Amino acid sequence: MSEKTKTSEECSRRQFFTHISITLGSLAALMVGIPIVGSIFAPIVKKPRPIWRPVGELRSFTLNEYVKVNFIDASPLPWSGITAETAAWVRRSENDELTVFSVNCAHLGCPVRWVSGAKLFMCPCHGGVYYSDGSVAAGPPPRGLYGYPARIKDGQVEVKTSPIPITTV
Amino acid sequence: MKFFNNAWNWFEDRTGLMGALWPIMTHAVPKNSASWFYVFGSATMFAFLLQIATGVTLAFMYVPSAGEAYQSLEFITNQTTFGRIVRGLHNWGASAMILLVGLHMIRVYLTASYKFPREMHWISGVILLSLTIIMAFSGQVVRWDQTAVWSTIVAAEQAGRIPFIGTWVADFLIGGETIGGATLSRMFAYHVFIVPALLIIFLVFHLYLVIKNGISEFPKAGEPVDPKTYREKYEASVKRDGVPFWPVAAWRDMVFGFIVITTILLIAVIIGPPDLGAPPNPSNIDALPVPDWYFIFYFAFLALMPPPMETVLMVFGPLLVGALLFALPFISNRGERSPLRRPWAIAMVALTIGSISGLWAIGISSPWSPHFDAKPLTIEIIGADSGPVYRGGEHFNDKGCLYCHTISGHGGLRGPDLTYIGDRLSADELTWRIMNGGLNMPGFGGTLSNVELSDLVMFLKTRKHINPQPSSSGGD
Repeated sequence: MSEKTKTSEECSRRQFFTHISITLGSLAALMVGIPIVGSIFAPIVKKPRPIWRPVGELRSFTLNEYVKVNFIDASPLPWSGITAETAAWVRRSENDELTVFSVNCAHLGCPVRWVSGAKLFMCPCHGGVYYSDGSVAAGPPPRGLYGYPARIKDGQVEVKTSPIPITTV
Repeated sequence: MKFFNNAWNWFEDRTGLMGALWPIMTHAVPKNSASWFYVFGSATMFAFLLQIATGVTLAFMYVPSAGEAYQSLEFITNQTTFGRIVRGLHNWGASAMILLVGLHMIRVYLTASYKFPREMHWISGVILLSLTIIMAFSGQVVRWDQTAVWSTIVAAEQAGRIPFIGTWVADFLIGGETIGGATLSRMFAYHVFIVPALLIIFLVFHLYLVIKNGISEFPKAGEPVDPKTYREKYEASVKRDGVPFWPVAAWRDMVFGFIVITTILLIAVIIGPPDLGAPPNPSNIDALPVPDWYFIFYFAFLALMPPPMETVLMVFGPLLVGALLFALPFISNRGERSPLRRPWAIAMVALTIGSISGLWAIGISSPWSPHFDAKPLTIEIIGADSGPVYRGGEHFNDKGCLYCHTISGHGGLRGPDLTYIGDRLSADELTWRIMNGGLNMPGFGGTLSNVELSDLVMFLKTRKHINPQPSSSGGD
């Protein structure tokens, strides 16, 4: 066996060790990576089923006035505490029609307030203002307030739990 | 004594730690880099070490549970030994780190230390800067009060503007579609494990580079960087009149670091940690989520940018700034380093500091926000206690005008000051404006009755430099 073949044999042997080491390392990382990455990214795909939450007797809502109601998210975790709570603006009008808006401003999600005297929703953060029908009256919001589904069941107003409305492009 | 000597010799013989580290500690650095201008990087690192120490201490007491973190923060602040001071140190240490990282960056930019061969120093520095900003934001969120909850929503909304994947990024950030039990656990993992680990990795890399390429010499005008000869020249000058880093250059770092740490401690003891806001209840809408001081300029930016360009600015603005910072050492990696020969660099720093300070000043007064707690106009200001002018003044208080308009020092700043509006607009013009709104004012045509409107206009017409006689507003 000449010196040359010995060297090339040695090389291919080393190459083999290099390849097998890198392959095994990557494979191990890939295998454990699936549950790790999957677990961290799960909230993107796993959505809770919306639930109808009762928020009060229909008759208790003042006619033509927005009232803030609080209710619990779709699937609160046992340790959520008060963070499971969320809110919406509910208005009962003639013929028991319901208008329900998210409390989140369509600009950047800050909490809008109903200013009864002005009949406007106003946002404290960047000055977004909405008319009582939810349409933009002033300020930076790119669209009107988000509506939430609502219904009347056995004399109770029920609001369907919904995600925090995220304004997308 | 002999025993300790022997023990030390044994330890050094078996580990060789001192033999490995001492030459690094005492390596020669350019004489003129032993300067007070070069202390900000090490001071940032000292502040970071303080953050690690105080952060770990807080982790001994903090409960990263959405339902209980708030109570644990109250407990840390009010019931533990030194807990209040540790929280204060962690909070003001964060402020110091932001400030120092900014000063360090300005110094490096002004002395063009990012030029050949230190391009990667700058790039690792930009990564460290962004990690520091993420730490600052996530730190405000794990201070789990009402402001934290609403700030998280605002952050998620900004992420939501990213084209195509916005909603996914938002859901990833808050751990689902709503604020809840998952949100804080995730923020805690970012703030306590992921980002600090990255910070440590890039900090070690940053320091390794400083050892590898050497501390940049203080630039002299007329000595441009030429990649072909720079390394040779640098080594020759260090060999000629370099000084050992420890202690000849390092003592200044230690003195300045001592001042920084002592100042943080003093502020932590005297002022203490920031007050906790209301509990983290997403259904409590009585909130104005203003960020900590170092983000107020960005808060102002978000409010002031023109709405049609908003999404572009919100998403691509930070990306563009990041890309420019990354590109800097490739745009110019040779030539003059002295700020005396780079007036544009000085102008850039002045412009950046100016814009941030300007936005910061506006952000503090937030004139775009309606002032819900504005004091109503008094009868003295209205100038009547009955009749249409009086009723108009009351409408001004009740119909929301007051939140955005000031009259005689009472009211918000969003719209024009109306103290003397009677001098400027006629009754018809006032009526038209109130009915239809305009610019950033909603139209009140659908809200006010005819009588209310005419009362309001009557009232506003009396807002003149010389008020009319009370008799003109008394009758009905």
